[in-house]
Amino acid sequence: MQALYAQLLVGLINGSFYALLSLGLAVIFGMLNIINFAHGALYMMGAFCAYFLLHLTGMGYWWALIIAPIAVGVFGMILERTMLQWLTGLDHLYGLLLTFGIALIVQGVFQNYFGSSGLPYAIPDYPQIGDCSPSAPQDAFCRRGLQGGINLGFMFLPVYRGWVVIFSLVVCLATWFLIEKTRLGAYLRAATENPTLVRAFGINVPRMITLTYGLGVGLAALAGVLSAPINQVRPLMGADLIIVVFAVVVIGGMGSIMGSIITGFALGVIEGLTKYFYPEASNTVVFVLMVLVLLVKPTGLTGRAA
Amino acid sequence: MKHKISALFLGTALAFAAGGVALAQDKTVKIGVLTDNSGLYSDLGGAGSTLAAQMAVEDSGLAAKGWKIDIISADHQNKPDIATTIARQWIDVEKVDIFMDVLNSGVALAVNNLVKEKNSIMINTGAATSDLTNAQCSPNTIHWVYDTYMLANSTGQALVKAGGDTWYFLTADYAFGHALERDTTAVVVKAGGKVIGGVKHPLNSSDFSSFLLQAQASKAKIIGMANAGGDTTNTIKQASEFGIVAGGQKLAGLLLFITDVHSLGLKVAQGLNFTETFYWDLNDGTRAFSKRFSERMKNKAMPSMVQAGVYSGLIHYFKTIDAMGGNPHDGAKVVAKMKETPTDDALFGKGTIRADGRKIHPAYLFEVKKPAESKGPWDYYKLIGTTPGEQAFRPLSESACPLVKK
Repeated sequence: MQALYAQLLVGLINGSFYALLSLGLAVIFGMLNIINFAHGALYMMGAFCAYFLLHLTGMGYWWALIIAPIAVGVFGMILERTMLQWLTGLDHLYGLLLTFGIALIVQGVFQNYFGSSGLPYAIPDYPQIGDCSPSAPQDAFCRRGLQGGINLGFMFLPVYRGWVVIFSLVVCLATWFLIEKTRLGAYLRAATENPTLVRAFGINVPRMITLTYGLGVGLAALAGVLSAPINQVRPLMGADLIIVVFAVVVIGGMGSIMGSIITGFALGVIEGLTKYFYPEASNTVVFVLMVLVLLVKPTGLTGRAA
Repeated sequence: MKHKISALFLGTALAFAAGGVALAQDKTVKIGVLTDNSGLYSDLGGAGSTLAAQMAVEDSGLAAKGWKIDIISADHQNKPDIATTIARQWIDVEKVDIFMDVLNSGVALAVNNLVKEKNSIMINTGAATSDLTNAQCSPNTIHWVYDTYMLANSTGQALVKAGGDTWYFLTADYAFGHALERDTTAVVVKAGGKVIGGVKHPLNSSDFSSFLLQAQASKAKIIGMANAGGDTTNTIKQASEFGIVAGGQKLAGLLLFITDVHSLGLKVAQGLNFTETFYWDLNDGTRAFSKRFSERMKNKAMPSMVQAGVYSGLIHYFKTIDAMGGNPHDGAKVVAKMKETPTDDALFGKGTIRADGRKIHPAYLFEVKKPAESKGPWDYYKLIGTTPGEQAFRPLSESACPLVKK
């Protein structure tokens, strides 16, 4: 039974990655109508950005959490301005193909320079709280950043994983709030419904769209930074994940913000349980679920019919 | 009339003989490096294997003797069906004589069958499964660098002897993982240990925390990683996060390459024990080759044992066909000749190729250095023990290979 609790918690942790990534996808699809296949590559760029910041400038994890999403977000906005904006009004397929091509190019370039096995990135060991000097007595309290773990009785929870869940939850809810509950979000939603009308009110719709794409991309990069200390920083880290994340978005209902957050966490848990009961199926369980959900409710769990 | 007929016979015989001579003096060779150029194993094989093949061609000196040697390379994407399609085309259309690298056990077993059917040659340096020289051995295949039996034998035995008598396996769910788990289990049980559980995970998983929790709960003294490449590095990284080693369990890397250690960094990888048959810093010969290799690699990487094997295997192949006076394009014939000739090169030292196609050379047990012990980039290993070639691999008496006469 204890092992089961542990698996549930681990599932929740993985779910927070799915939620963060699928949230960005849902925002981009909901507002721009683009199926952003470059999301995995941008997630990978976020992790690499953290690596570069540490190894080239000495700026650690905490700086990376702020700088990487902004840097990759700006890259995303350039993409949107130079390429994606020409696809406005066209079929979804064109966006899908273009972003898929972008993803292949970005991954290929990174792989060419950094190989496939990846680069090391350690869990941050600062700020240090308490007495962590080498001469400190054995029983002195020392907390080195997010390293180490806590014994919960039923499992050993790495502090870093706990941090990831809490941080992702906060970011997810903040994004949901921004889009569903603020005036800016209302403009945005209105702009996707009827751009001509919104423009008539004097609102710069293209700029809003660019910023939204930047926001979605920033969320992917943020997930990348969060994942760097857990997974190897590898060029294909996004490619391995993107299909699962798409399944999450489809199950949650394309473009539904809350749907993708809830489904992200839920699927993490379901996948974790599969890894416990029948590990061989853990890579496919998400797709089985997707098929089942689409058979019963083609718009996804929380999606509205178009 | 009689004279005419005998003249005709004589003429025909002469023509055949001349043809035979022309065939024997055919000095063209085409090498196909079939490897993973883009996936999770591309650092340990990939472009480095092609470079090693080029260096072997340059060092063989055959060009000066009038040989024409071509190298082609392709990405099999770790998919046996893609690999066999490429291999078939290489043999039928491109007239490839010899397949090098062919990493990934699933791919290797598939290509093994085709190479036998078409009487071509495979010198496998990348795949691990010991089946290549056991039940599925072939007169056209030589397994060069390492195999699951040897890894299990060397690392498994050493760890059980050091007190690690209960094991739990994290196994990649395909031909390679299954073979490695099977061979290691046999060694552990034989040495008096016990396997108390295991989990089979899909290839290329990014998250191992669930599996590691199960391994932790099993209370096994040793967690054996029967996986490779990115799967192993992520397992090690996440095991350190969950405090597995700090909690008293030991991780056994059954198959680890220097590229994996490089990508993990010494901070995480320190203290790991595992077996390889080649390390760049073993002796003057390996150092000289590796230095030249690394200068030509894009990211200045040192060669993995798979890449070193491509060089070593080709050098022996070139020596053999040179001694034969030409390339007969008859795979089984060349392989038989290669088995007769003792091997000797700067990277693996003196060795032999057995009847079952197993190349024999010593195996080295290494430990990863602590960050403070490492003097520079790629200075990663401490040599802990050496198993002589005759003891490292599966003895012929245990072999199920039909080529071995009993």
